Amino acid sequence: MGKAMLKRLGLLIGTLLLVSVLAFTAFSVIPGDPTDAVLGIEATDEQIAAFRAQMGLDLPVWQRYWSWLSAFVTGDFGRSFKFDMPVAKLVADRVQVTLLLAGVAFALIAAISLPLGLLAARRPGGVVDRIITVLTQITMSVPNFVLGIALMYFFALVLKWFQPEYVPLEQGLGPHLRFLVFPALAIALPKSAMTVKLLRGSILGELDQDYIRTAYSKGNSRAAVLRRHVLRNAMIPVVTFLAMAIGDIMAGSIVIEQVFGIPGLGRILISSIGNRDYPVVQAVVVLLAAVVVGCNFLADLLYRVMDPRIDGR
Amino acid sequence: MPKFVKRALLLLVVIAMLPASLYGCTGGTEPTSAPSGDVSNSGSEASAAQSGELPEGNSVTVGIAQDLSSLDPQLAATAGVREVLFNIFEGLVKASPDGSVTPAVASDYELSEDGKTYTFTLREGVTFHNGETVTVEDVVYSLERCAGSENDGTPLVSAFSNAVSIEAVDESHVAVTLAEPSTEFINALTSPVIPAGSGPSITETMVGTGPFRFVSYAPQDNLVMEKYDGYWNQEKAAKLDRVTFKIIPDVNSLVIGLKGETLDMVVHLPNTLLGEVENEFTVHQNTMNIVQALYLNNAVEPFDNELVRQAMYYAIDVDEIIEFVCSGAGVATGTSMYPAQSKYFMPELAENYQKDVEKAKELLAQAGYPDGFTMTITAPSNYAQHMDTAMVLIEQLKAVGITAELIPVEWQSWVDDVYRGRNYQSTVCGIAADDMTAREMLVRYMSDNRKNFIAFSDPEYDEVMAQAMASTDDAEQTALYKRAQEILNERAASLWLQDACELVVMNPELEGFTFYRTYVIDMAAISRK
Repeated sequence: MGKAMLKRLGLLIGTLLLVSVLAFTAFSVIPGDPTDAVLGIEATDEQIAAFRAQMGLDLPVWQRYWSWLSAFVTGDFGRSFKFDMPVAKLVADRVQVTLLLAGVAFALIAAISLPLGLLAARRPGGVVDRIITVLTQITMSVPNFVLGIALMYFFALVLKWFQPEYVPLEQGLGPHLRFLVFPALAIALPKSAMTVKLLRGSILGELDQDYIRTAYSKGNSRAAVLRRHVLRNAMIPVVTFLAMAIGDIMAGSIVIEQVFGIPGLGRILISSIGNRDYPVVQAVVVLLAAVVVGCNFLADLLYRVMDPRIDGR
Repeated sequence: MPKFVKRALLLLVVIAMLPASLYGCTGGTEPTSAPSGDVSNSGSEASAAQSGELPEGNSVTVGIAQDLSSLDPQLAATAGVREVLFNIFEGLVKASPDGSVTPAVASDYELSEDGKTYTFTLREGVTFHNGETVTVEDVVYSLERCAGSENDGTPLVSAFSNAVSIEAVDESHVAVTLAEPSTEFINALTSPVIPAGSGPSITETMVGTGPFRFVSYAPQDNLVMEKYDGYWNQEKAAKLDRVTFKIIPDVNSLVIGLKGETLDMVVHLPNTLLGEVENEFTVHQNTMNIVQALYLNNAVEPFDNELVRQAMYYAIDVDEIIEFVCSGAGVATGTSMYPAQSKYFMPELAENYQKDVEKAKELLAQAGYPDGFTMTITAPSNYAQHMDTAMVLIEQLKAVGITAELIPVEWQSWVDDVYRGRNYQSTVCGIAADDMTAREMLVRYMSDNRKNFIAFSDPEYDEVMAQAMASTDDAEQTALYKRAQEILNERAASLWLQDACELVVMNPELEGFTFYRTYVIDMAAISRK
């Protein structure tokens, strides 16, 4: 068991290393240079050369990667070129926002999709099922940024339920969360639609199994069969999907942060890529990769709890 | 299930390590920025105000789309930073709305007969935001820093490469001596005066002499400043108590912010959103002080042929482009000069190439392309305005048999491949004068200039420009600069289009917006009605 665990951990670290190498080399392949963002495009050659030497940008790429990596593992994430600040500070200020946003989105997905999925599977082809199917079809086909703008327009301008301005955590957890609910909803809705469909299909699939007939023959009611036998098995693919969805939720929050003006990881990632501010990009990419890899790992664990047939190896 | 517990624990540790190491770092770096205790104190003040604990009455929130880069006021390489910092910092002189400069930290200055030595008299009673009086030492320190004293001699402000010496004459006078005479060097002296010995920590202390003092800055979120009560010029002191610049990259969200009243003012809004805002808000339509053109690489075929360039100029309809991209509010330029440079701008040049398809075809035939040719237009994809313009151009050029293909590229690629690498056929972009001088708009097209990204080469142009720059006689210099503009138009060095336009949108309760001919958002002039 311990050995398998170590292997997994090694794989996890290997994945993160690979991600960081890829991100780093991408910057040496694509055109552009952090000097433009700092000095402007009209900077003289002397200014550029002086800046590059000062920042160590004149060194070969492997040397820069090595010095980045050796600093990174000791917790020194370097300094942003563009913002002229320690990366750790920039990222730490944002990581909370994005994780919370993703967390709220995830909770919303679960809260929306589980009851709806069950409801739809209760009477396949019934009125409720058809309404839910139409709704999921519509929600799935709307891109989340469009949904974001629509939500903002409807809830902030028409209903005035919230102010279209980011509320930082310092103003209290309540107001902060109240603001985050709407962007989280924009991320959650399309994903929930998919989860509903998946859960419905999965439940219906299980209902055809032989063991269900056995369960009925023992005198169980439909509700009891659903609750005791079907759901547990039907949830397995859903859990996998939700764990994979964490990556998508992260990606979704990158887009939604632009729309709602939330200063999170996505905002800084996008602008830092544009500015070729690679110390920031490296830190954010490795962090996001760690979250995604970690969640998949967690799903793997949950799996085994839910289905003892899956072996520990 | 002990094995699961074990695994779960390990996983938790792994996950916890990442954020923990992050926060750990923050803890480690905090003390280095701690000397600016001022900053963090006022930061909590700022959030207190936002949550409504302070009277909201006299504060204004301005929406800006662009991120601010390094706040070093003397470096301030991007227009977006410069226009914000205008409110906090001042130089010996500062920009005024008409494009000239007025004395600021200096009360007066003289230029010697030979045009080489500027002598400044310090204004009495100018204080920094930390309460200390500005002294000659501060001024000399600031100017030397601009000239590269803290930066292995590479000037932070490139115009300072012309400065030979910077010295204090006495307690209240500073002299700057130049290698080459220049009447335009004065524009470089808008570079901020900061306390002596500030060094790189200026980005944290942010102490200047302007009408507002710096309060706090959260990257990608906001910059807050407050009225400075000790401002030397009480006539032009700030009328607002507090101004927050709120950074929101999405233009639709900026409009929603205006409508939801979380923003009082938005600058640099694309002209296409005019319909959204014109009924509810006060809207100022401004030209952007850029020259938008279909820039042609004069070094490659077929654009090395003047006849081809002229033919293309006759083939297109500039007014149609202005109508389409700027709802008619842009101004046709006809050359590399924008209308705000009123002393030099020649509106008549825009009349020279009226759309004439027959003439265009004739010129193309003469040039050896009777059936037209195919070409590419490389445009920076983040600028909708330039992309739209390229699309209109492609349609217009079809009429004379020229098939153009649009290649959208990301901004950094554009800078590297097109602007610096000159590896392109044609591009649509806007060129601005970095230091707001007419010279800057023209000098780049001298054949050996490193900014001459269209590789224009004309001996007459080089000569005219050399004479103009050496001239100390204003009338003569102006005439020569005008001649240079004519040459760019005659030779159709590129297809000069327009000074495009954009919007400043304000809550109708606000007044006092002043349009400057350079990158300035003058918040001191804004007040509530």
